[in-house]
Amino acid sequence: MLALNNIEVIYNDVILVLKGMSMQVGEGQIVALLGSNGAGKSTTLKAVSGLLKPEDGAVTDGEILFLGQRIDRLDAADIVRRGVFQVMEGRRVFEHLTVEENLRAGAYTQRDARRQTQDLELVYGYFPRLLERRQQTAGYLSGGEQQMLAIGRAMMAHPRLMMLDEPSLGLAPLLVEEIFRIIRRINQEQKTTILLVEQNARLALAVADYAYIMENGRIVLEGAPAQLQENADVREFYLGLTDVGTRKSYRDVKHYKRRKRWLS
Amino acid sequence: MALFLQLTLTGLTNGMLYALIALGIVLIFKSSDVINFAQGEFLLIGAYAMFWAVGQVGLPWPVGILITLAVAVLAGVLVERLVLRPLIGEPIISVIMVTIGLSSLIRAIISLFFGTASQPFPNFIPRTPVAFGPAVVPADRLWALGLAVALLALFILFFRRTNEGIAMRAVADDQQAALSMGISIQRVFAIAWAIAAVVAAIAGVLVANIVGVSGDVSRIGLRVFPVVILGGLDSIPGAIVGGVIIGLLETYSGGYLKPGLEQVVPFVALILILMVKPYGLFGQTRIERV
Ligand SMILES: Nc1ncnc2c1ncn2[C@@H]1O[C@H](COP(=O)(O)OP(=O)(O)O)[C@@H](O)[C@H]1O
Ligand SMILES: [Mg+2]
Repeated sequence: MLALNNIEVIYNDVILVLKGMSMQVGEGQIVALLGSNGAGKSTTLKAVSGLLKPEDGAVTDGEILFLGQRIDRLDAADIVRRGVFQVMEGRRVFEHLTVEENLRAGAYTQRDARRQTQDLELVYGYFPRLLERRQQTAGYLSGGEQQMLAIGRAMMAHPRLMMLDEPSLGLAPLLVEEIFRIIRRINQEQKTTILLVEQNARLALAVADYAYIMENGRIVLEGAPAQLQENADVREFYLGLTDVGTRKSYRDVKHYKRRKRWLS
Repeated sequence: MALFLQLTLTGLTNGMLYALIALGIVLIFKSSDVINFAQGEFLLIGAYAMFWAVGQVGLPWPVGILITLAVAVLAGVLVERLVLRPLIGEPIISVIMVTIGLSSLIRAIISLFFGTASQPFPNFIPRTPVAFGPAVVPADRLWALGLAVALLALFILFFRRTNEGIAMRAVADDQQAALSMGISIQRVFAIAWAIAAVVAAIAGVLVANIVGVSGDVSRIGLRVFPVVILGGLDSIPGAIVGGVIIGLLETYSGGYLKPGLEQVVPFVALILILMVKPYGLFGQTRIERV
């Protein structure tokens, strides 16, 4: 459904951030994109959704295909209309709008008023807490409620591919699990394909059908979650599991350095 | 009592006209952070479009209104397209300087076609005096008051209820997030400028009906700045409350204290209020969750 072929992204004409990044997302799947801070995950999503322009970034090489058609030269509005919707990192709800106005803003590309009303009901069905707070100013919601609002707002646009950028960021573990359960349900019930960017590898691997690991602007590892969970590096750096007593001290130092890089 | 009623009605009318004009400044500031110093000249465009269509060509006034509205929309969209859009990303101060330059340009173009002398306006709104208890007010002032209130109510509904209105507020809140919903920022800017030009043009027609048509019509644009700063540059309710406060202060101080003071008192009040509320009465503060 979505294919990134060898793309290169440059910010401000000089800062090369994605260096030959390739990945695929199959229809109906949940695909996880993992990587430490600064690896280029958010940049990858913005390249797909056309949101690089306001940050003075551009796809300078390679191509992005959605349903077989190139989308890397389109503007953000066209890409949303084709069915790709990015839920940005940090939730980014419209703080001075009410919950319901936020949802209606998400439906901007869906002009059918009757359908908008049905969609509101659908979203409130997934997130009953938003229904209770529908007239409340979004800026005063809790972090978890704002994340629900950001996902609900995306649903209002009827995306075929929903891209979520670190939905777990700054949320309590119980809430994170609730949100991941709902993401799973949206994928199964609404048939929405999901590209999930996360630093929380354990949770992401638990819901994903396939996963990519990114470092320094390119994919370094990919595979089914079960397969990745067996990988020693992944176990150590992402899942925090160490296989005791297998390393000599020199390697420990090297690993310490690598770990520092993962965590920085 | 008669004087009080008289001053209050006059003050309210001026205040509502200020509010209408201020709405345009607020809209443009909210969506694009630009302060439009050419808002007063949009009044001129409206007043002269109506003057041309009805006074010079002799068209019936409803046609004149339609032409005036069309000219205003066109002017707003053109200014956004040709002047402001190329400046996106430039320092805000340059953009502001450009709107100041634009105001001189519009003024010059108009005097080129119509001269600078004051001319009688084709008074399509009757000026017959209307008795209000002991006070007497010309009918065109009452019309101006009623129309301004109706238009402001209409715009508030527009921003709360319609997709386009909600999109405009979304852009004001977070441009990149709005972009990610598929909202076209450029379209929103264009609509903001078109609305600003339309409300100013209507105000221009109403003012010209009251005082005649000349370059002076745009002076009211300058008096609107205390209004928007008082109300909060990014607040529509602020524009209305600020307009009424300044309008009343002007007529009360001119009527009760000393003629001429109405020029000064609004600014004194402005400074006092800003000392207590630096973002104006209704200025949006950043929401900080604890
Ligand atoms: N707007 C920008 N301008 C310049 N550099 C940027 C910009 N956004 C991100 N970067 C850089 O690109 C790299 C990848 O950032 P990002 O895609 O946000 O990573 P991630 O989401 O994986 O944490 C970082 O080194 C970051 O500093
Ligand atoms: Mg990121």
